Amino acid sequence: MSLGILGKKVGITQVFTEDGLALPVTVIEAGPCVVLQKKLTATDKYSAIQVGFGECKSKNVPKPLLKHFEKVGSAAVSFVKEMRLADDNEVNKFEVGQKITCDLFKKGDKVDVTGTSKGKGYAGVMKLHNFGGAKGSHGTHEFKRHGGAIGQHTDPARVFKGKKMPGRMGNEKVTIVNLEVVDVQPEKNLILVKGAVPGKKSSFVVIKPSKHSK
Amino acid sequence: MSLDLVKIVDEQNKRQDLPELRPGLTVRVHFKVKEGQRERTQIFEGTIISVKGKGKNVKTITVRRVSFNVGVERIIPVNSKVIEKIEIVRAGKVRRAKLYYLRKTTSKKSKLKEIRSY
Repeated sequence: MSLGILGKKVGITQVFTEDGLALPVTVIEAGPCVVLQKKLTATDKYSAIQVGFGECKSKNVPKPLLKHFEKVGSAAVSFVKEMRLADDNEVNKFEVGQKITCDLFKKGDKVDVTGTSKGKGYAGVMKLHNFGGAKGSHGTHEFKRHGGAIGQHTDPARVFKGKKMPGRMGNEKVTIVNLEVVDVQPEKNLILVKGAVPGKKSSFVVIKPSKHSK
Repeated sequence: MSLDLVKIVDEQNKRQDLPELRPGLTVRVHFKVKEGQRERTQIFEGTIISVKGKGKNVKTITVRRVSFNVGVERIIPVNSKVIEKIEIVRAGKVRRAKLYYLRKTTSKKSKLKEIRSY
């Protein structure tokens, strides 16, 4: 229920603090985001603003969406998200077409960063669910990374739902909570957060004020 | 294009006031050490036996000295803000990028021939 900003993961590096610590930071190119639409209780039964970020060619955008952008007078954007706000008063503080920039945040703030994690493909149980695997020796063969038995016997004569088995790993929505903002550079639209952020370089992320900090 | 922004951040964090550091140099590194409220300078003098991460923000040097017959090495991130300054004392003539062979030498053999003109 709070305003955040959309951004693009640029890469990771380190910065030094005055007392000699080397902090691992993720550089995020955040904003400027365009307000595309206001959603009000009267019309949509909830309060939110729709924002867009990320330049792209207009030929790569579906035509209905392109018309939606044209109505606002915005260039085509590749990443559109809704931000739920507390009430209509909050929404009416914004104008359609207004830009939201990264000076929303300041140094020392705590943020939650949401993104899509890197896809790992079809992964076994050891990598996917942290299973222990089998013994490395003492007669074990062709069974070292297997998951073991998956059920009992005639009773219940089936495998229980939710049994952890191999499968696709990654490529899902992940939120890393309580990351510290190390630096904000509004002139370059950069936000530096301490620690890692989901996704590969140039993947889209949503930065919001942390729900979890005191 | 996007990677260039990381380079921009790296450039902001690089120190421009340091001399060119290369293997074979004998240097005096001045550290700022905090003791409670007081701040003092601690000096570590030795030979640079390796330079890593050239051109990067994470550049480190390994400085070696022999103190009371025990070899001591410190890996120093040169862009760190606790370093006050780095002085060059002497330049040794070397033919290698990494002088790890100095660890196995003693006394006279461990001395590098000086480049006077440096």
